Amino acid sequence: MIFPVIVAQGESSMADNGLLESVLRLVEKVDGGTDSQDVAADLGVDHQVIVGAVKSLQALGEVISAEQKSSRHWELTGEGREIAEQGSHEARVFNAIPDEGLPQNQLMKMPSGKVGFSKAMSNKWIRLDKAHEGGPRVFKTVTIEDTVRDKLQLVQKGQSAKLEDKEKNELKKRKLLSEVTVKSYWITKGSSFSTTITKQETELTPEMIASGSWKEKKFKPYNFEAMGVAPDCGHLHPLMKVRTQFRQIFLEMGFTEMPTNNFIESSFWNFDSLFQPQQHPARDQHDTFFISDPALAHEFPQDYLERVKKVHSEGGYGSQGYKYDWKIEEAQKNLLRTHTTAVSARMLYKLAQQKFTPVKYFSIDRVFRNETLDATHLAEFHQIEGVVADYGLTLGNLMGILHQFFTKLGITKLRFKPAYNPYTEPSMEVFSYHEGLKKWVEVGNSGVFRPEMLLPMGLPEGVSVIAWGLSLERPTMIKYGINNIRELVGHKVNLQMVYDSPICRLDS
Amino acid sequence: MPTVSVKRDLLFEALGQKYTDEEFDELCFEFGLELDEITSEKEILIREQGGEKAEGASDVVLYKIDVPANRYDLLCLEGLVRGLQVFKEKLEAPRYKRVSPADGGEPQRLVITEETASVRPHAVAAVLRNITFTQERYESFIELQEKLHQNICRKRTLVAIGTHDLDTISGPFTYTAKPPGEIRFKPLSQSREYTAAELMSLYKTDSHLRHYLHIIENEPLYPIIYDSNGIVLSMPPIINGDHSKISLNTKNIFIECTATDLTKVNRFTLIITVCLFVCFNTFFILFRVEEAEVVYPDGRLSVYPELAYRTETLSGDFINKRVGINESAESIAQLLTRMCLRSEVSGEGDLIQVEIPPTRADVIHACDIMEDAAIAYGFNNIVRSTPRTYTVANQLPVNKLTELLRQDLTAAGFTEALTFALCSEEDIADKLRKNITETRAVHISNPKTADFQVARTSLLPGLLKTIAANRKMPLPLKLFEISDVVLKDETKDVGARNNRRLCAVYYNKSPGFEVIHGLLDRVMQLLDVKPGRNQGYHIQAAEDSTFFPGRCAEIFSCGKSIGHLGVLHPDVISRFELTMPCSAIDIDIEPFL
Repeated sequence: MIFPVIVAQGESSMADNGLLESVLRLVEKVDGGTDSQDVAADLGVDHQVIVGAVKSLQALGEVISAEQKSSRHWELTGEGREIAEQGSHEARVFNAIPDEGLPQNQLMKMPSGKVGFSKAMSNKWIRLDKAHEGGPRVFKTVTIEDTVRDKLQLVQKGQSAKLEDKEKNELKKRKLLSEVTVKSYWITKGSSFSTTITKQETELTPEMIASGSWKEKKFKPYNFEAMGVAPDCGHLHPLMKVRTQFRQIFLEMGFTEMPTNNFIESSFWNFDSLFQPQQHPARDQHDTFFISDPALAHEFPQDYLERVKKVHSEGGYGSQGYKYDWKIEEAQKNLLRTHTTAVSARMLYKLAQQKFTPVKYFSIDRVFRNETLDATHLAEFHQIEGVVADYGLTLGNLMGILHQFFTKLGITKLRFKPAYNPYTEPSMEVFSYHEGLKKWVEVGNSGVFRPEMLLPMGLPEGVSVIAWGLSLERPTMIKYGINNIRELVGHKVNLQMVYDSPICRLDS
Repeated sequence: MPTVSVKRDLLFEALGQKYTDEEFDELCFEFGLELDEITSEKEILIREQGGEKAEGASDVVLYKIDVPANRYDLLCLEGLVRGLQVFKEKLEAPRYKRVSPADGGEPQRLVITEETASVRPHAVAAVLRNITFTQERYESFIELQEKLHQNICRKRTLVAIGTHDLDTISGPFTYTAKPPGEIRFKPLSQSREYTAAELMSLYKTDSHLRHYLHIIENEPLYPIIYDSNGIVLSMPPIINGDHSKISLNTKNIFIECTATDLTKVNRFTLIITVCLFVCFNTFFILFRVEEAEVVYPDGRLSVYPELAYRTETLSGDFINKRVGINESAESIAQLLTRMCLRSEVSGEGDLIQVEIPPTRADVIHACDIMEDAAIAYGFNNIVRSTPRTYTVANQLPVNKLTELLRQDLTAAGFTEALTFALCSEEDIADKLRKNITETRAVHISNPKTADFQVARTSLLPGLLKTIAANRKMPLPLKLFEISDVVLKDETKDVGARNNRRLCAVYYNKSPGFEVIHGLLDRVMQLLDVKPGRNQGYHIQAAEDSTFFPGRCAEIFSCGKSIGHLGVLHPDVISRFELTMPCSAIDIDIEPFL
């Protein structure tokens, strides 16, 4: 729950200043303090009113100190209060009888008639003349004192101590008194005790600032335990916050962003240009989304396409090739790109068409896989990719740049495992030591693009291209502690999670 | 990535050394393998079928090891052990060779008839002699065959391997194709004869074999291999005959491999497969690989298996420069030899001669050799260095604009959604009261579910679905997304392009058109476009079936239409399972680049 901090404690039972000052004057008179019940009795007000006054005084700071205590206490029942006000039933019966007496049947019709008659009879306050002419008739015998009423009135005034226990128990038996536990306060002077009340202000106002009156005023203390009011604002999506950080890291490292805004790609750029053979399982219907409309790509750089065909089917550039019949029909098939490396291939081909200059490229964008879905896999996810092309790049350079990249993510302990990837050789899986899990976990994939991919593009012989990739979702799920990817990506997202997610600093 | 399951104790016995799990994991990592799981048959059964079924099952420790997809030579215990032993220089890489029949007799012969041309035209053969099986070796032999079927043979679609007890059959063998009704034999593990047609229906319910039926099911002729007495060896790629089945007592084996069509890859794969198969088994099972002849319909005769070694020459400098190390040619040759690539310094400068064995079909370029040198050197021993490549970074303009706008849209009180780029036809058409043909949508040919039928042409369905999934949240809901939609576009090489859109919705008890309109004004202010008819932006009443009649306007910037805003049609709201009024804006932001 969120409570505004300006609500001061006890405000709801705030009493008026006159009463507060009366209480303070009483407290001033006694050394060692006084009980709130006594204060109530002295001032002749209900105890609850004094409790409210005590709370109000507490809210003013150190004016008083009040310690809660509980005590046994005699209190009038509903009937007891009626008697204290109107007299006991027997007294009421007695008073109702005129000097000339009253017929018994008439007396019995009174509200207190039955009880009052028998009690008054046993007190010998009245006598019954059964043989009276016109029916039995009741007469007063003496003058009376209504002691029951007097006793109850004493209790009502808080002076029950003046009664003997025997008397109180008798009244209790008659259900006129009951013994209750009362919570009261023991009130003593506080460190800044005074018998006058200075009115406390809730908030500083422009008028106070203008007049300088704030200097004389006392302000109600804030409740700092309460939460503040949530600001009215929008929120960035956590995955996109992490994307922003990764972009930032690449930009800090001098990488230029690739145009990955083309989800539809041809098999040629997605596979063939990467020297991925046409019968490779990744090109299967089970793994890749193919497009029925528009089904085929219709434009390729023709001589490059011929060189790709040759290197697949016959080899060349120092390669044995894959020795199979490469078919243009396979290459034409449109698909939803399975990796952003398709765009890297386009960019490297473009780079090869001009005088070579070293480049560093990156992209973070969606890729698509026709895979079985589970708690960590969706049909689409974001791939982060980095590519460096220059003369004479080594495997050691790839590991060095990966070290720098992952250091920016706060990951410094890296090791590399030989792996297989159709378009990179060597290929390395990147592992980092997870302090929580106490084991090495895979954090990315990397490698050096094969000459069979680069040379047909027309890149100079001595140029090496190193590259690495990872998913955006996995580090985000770890960062924000999300176990089911559907709670993060897609329409089933939990908006409260989006509202509540902290800013993203990957290195902390 | 294929997984090989081996018994730990057997593995350690073969390696001649015991390891802790951690030590063995480390060795795997260095070599490019992954110790994926440590388990037992019992554990697997308990996990898959429950405790009862597992009673009495073996609790011998099993290592499940992930092998890279290109290393077919490591797919069984024998291959793994050999690879690791050579890597640790405890063993020299074996040299594979085939021999002629010992007694100077005729080699076994497989004759291919022309009927096979339409269904499965390729076959090769080989003979293994003097085998001594133990239970473990027998199991490993069978398992390797299965692993090859699943991986390099692509679930038998490319290649199928058949193995037979040679002493139960007699050559020459005939590989032909016949109508299913005319093929009749007793298949493996059955007690009587069936016709091929009967077999196909019998195996429809077989959990293992049913996956292969489709390969020949619709062919008029089925491939079939007979011996000289008319005994059926196999009906590839489905099942072998029971007659020639191999057992623990088998001494001599006839191997046939067949492949589907005429592409070179299948022929290549076929040759590799038979090589791999015979080579792997030489390690523990002491035997000779004997040649076999294959006669083609045109009379050509080839001898198999082709255990061809190839020699590549490369310089130590090449390897040093590519890897980033500084080793002598001799030391590099030693590194390569540890990877089963026997290498020698040729004596000419720093040239190294590398011999590629028939089992390493994955080595097709000098870069493959370079990788092996790097693995043997140890990736993690290579000094990590920063390349001196100097470049200046640039952002992609459309992404730069997107990043800036996202920030300010949240400042305007809207929360960012992230929705899928793929959706159903219904989402972008029926539910938005549009006709699918007018959407310019790109259609997916092989979606597994309706959720992946098309690439989205609008961000609106995703936002509305996000609201539907978050109806418990306090109102109003104010969401936006800036992302790509995909539209067909003939002018592009692939016939489609992405388009960067900004879409926002306001969902509350009242439609809040003025809120969405205010957002448009704010976005235009951010884009530095002033209100106005010509050089500025303005909106004008428009009809769009997604919106409530009279509550929709088209947005123009510099005279060009960039999108719409308005109150959504009640039918749209209900079709997305929403109950409150909702207004939305959808614009193309590319004109502002």
